[in-house]
Amino acid sequence: MTTLAESAGTFDHALEMRGITKVYRVADDEVVALDHVDLIVASDEIVALVGPSGSGKTTLCSIAGGLLSPTDGSVVVAGREISGYSGHQLTDFRRESVGFVFQTVNLIPFLTARENLLVVDEIGRRLGRVARDRADQLLAELGLTDRAANLPAQLSGGQKQRVAIGRALMNDPSLVLFDEPTSALDSSLGDQVVRLIREEMKARGTAAIIVTHDDRITHYADRTVHIEDGRIAE
Amino acid sequence: MRLALREMHRRPGRFAIATVILTLIAILLMFLGGLLDGLVASSTGAFRAQRADLVVYSGNSRNSLERSRIEPDVRHQVESVPGVTRVGGLGSVQLGGRIPGRGARDLVPTVLFGYELAPRGLPSTPPGAGTVYADDSLRAKNVVVGTTIHLGPARSAVTIVGFVSDTRYSGQGTLWGSLETWRQVLDANRPDARVGPGVVQALVVQGVSLGRAGLPEQIDRATDGATTTLTITEAINALPGVSQQRTVFNQIIGVTVVIAIVVVALFFALLTVERTALYGVLKAIGASSRTLFVGVVLQAVVVALIASLIGVVASLVLDALIPAGTIPFVATPARLLSSAVVLVVAAVVGCTFSLRRVLRVDPAAAIGGAP
Repeated sequence: MTTLAESAGTFDHALEMRGITKVYRVADDEVVALDHVDLIVASDEIVALVGPSGSGKTTLCSIAGGLLSPTDGSVVVAGREISGYSGHQLTDFRRESVGFVFQTVNLIPFLTARENLLVVDEIGRRLGRVARDRADQLLAELGLTDRAANLPAQLSGGQKQRVAIGRALMNDPSLVLFDEPTSALDSSLGDQVVRLIREEMKARGTAAIIVTHDDRITHYADRTVHIEDGRIAE
Repeated sequence: MRLALREMHRRPGRFAIATVILTLIAILLMFLGGLLDGLVASSTGAFRAQRADLVVYSGNSRNSLERSRIEPDVRHQVESVPGVTRVGGLGSVQLGGRIPGRGARDLVPTVLFGYELAPRGLPSTPPGAGTVYADDSLRAKNVVVGTTIHLGPARSAVTIVGFVSDTRYSGQGTLWGSLETWRQVLDANRPDARVGPGVVQALVVQGVSLGRAGLPEQIDRATDGATTTLTITEAINALPGVSQQRTVFNQIIGVTVVIAIVVVALFFALLTVERTALYGVLKAIGASSRTLFVGVVLQAVVVALIASLIGVVASLVLDALIPAGTIPFVATPARLLSSAVVLVVAAVVGCTFSLRRVLRVDPAAAIGGAP
């Protein structure tokens, strides 16, 4: 399904979620993880998504990134309505339109920092030199040029997180989803990383949702969205 | 795919156990295959060397050269069949040979053949009485041109005038002379098996290629059932022990291939379980299950190719090191190649057991969003 905004190549919102409901079936029980959630994120907005464990913030983030499909409701990312996408379409969508930074960083341990960025190209369109130039540019912007040939095991926690941010930006996404990016870092390093996230997102005009427990992150976000029991309380 | 290859390059230790096990299996496969080929070659060379299309045995011989006797009148009937272009008599006798330089009781098992239609590598006119060509394998027994071998209890003397390759029969070295030489040696050493003038054990037949398919039946009909006519391939398969050797070895080879499939299946299933989190991340950032599974298959194929390459080298070294006339092992390119292909196919089949596991990896697990 293509929206008018997409066909025109422009869109006002990076994310539009309307009436999102997600119900998990566990044995004979139904667990409502999200209950008619509406969330709109502007095209260069940074939103901090906070809430207690089990509140539904990770599920919301997963649906926004095309990792899960909602039980009900509409999800439009960068002008693309993805709520009805098949698994194959969602794979293509994730590869082309969103970036992820995971809680445990999850770099590929046998690839260097540069190769961890290029893996996005390898599983995707294979742009070759263009991708290599982009990886080098991102590494330079993230202050990792001299670490490009290092394996993850040779990098510090902050450097790994920066490589993960670089990987999330490789496909020039409309929306980047951060899953508790500072949980494994000490407070000063966490502060640096969040500041870096803000700088990078703002410099590119890219929207971001940062899932966090850390209240300090909210200072760097344009807006904080609270979620509790699967409902948003802004 | 490059990701899969990089993993093998950067973490070779991870694949070492599978490579070692598959290498041992490759060597076993190629060694078993080489033994089978060697055994079959040493049993069938005399028949494979025949430049003929058909072998005619007597009807009551149960396709055994030793039991078969073809009388001159039957031969005449065979020669008269339309489509038969050339007919030659064939006789054989298995005897121990005394070779100069070896002990009096150190007999070398040999088979003396008398022929009319020259097999491959032999002159069209058989050598004169008392002279023979020897199979190459007898060189290992110190036989050279000019050596006189004394055959059987009568110590019938035959002198070597040349060599011919790949003509062993029932695992023994062969000697090739005229039918006259054969009859003399047979009469002297096997009085019970003595044959009359013009009698041979079997006929080898060349036929016109057109309509050759029905020629065996036409020959047997023309002799009124006094003969059983086989193609060369059928005659080879009817040789004692040949089909049994093939069946037994092929069964062992089959079991070995199943073991290879199980090894690959278990190894890559374990590897896939270990990689579940990694696959989750790769799927989350847009890798398809197909891309990931192709990577698994590629790694299995590379492991199988490395194992096969080592197996080929080991087989060639083994072939060079094994002294002639001891273990009947032959490393042929066809056998080595087919073993490598079988191993690669086994590796591909083995890693398909990991397919379901790769498909089931949930990308949402990477972000903790799975239920």
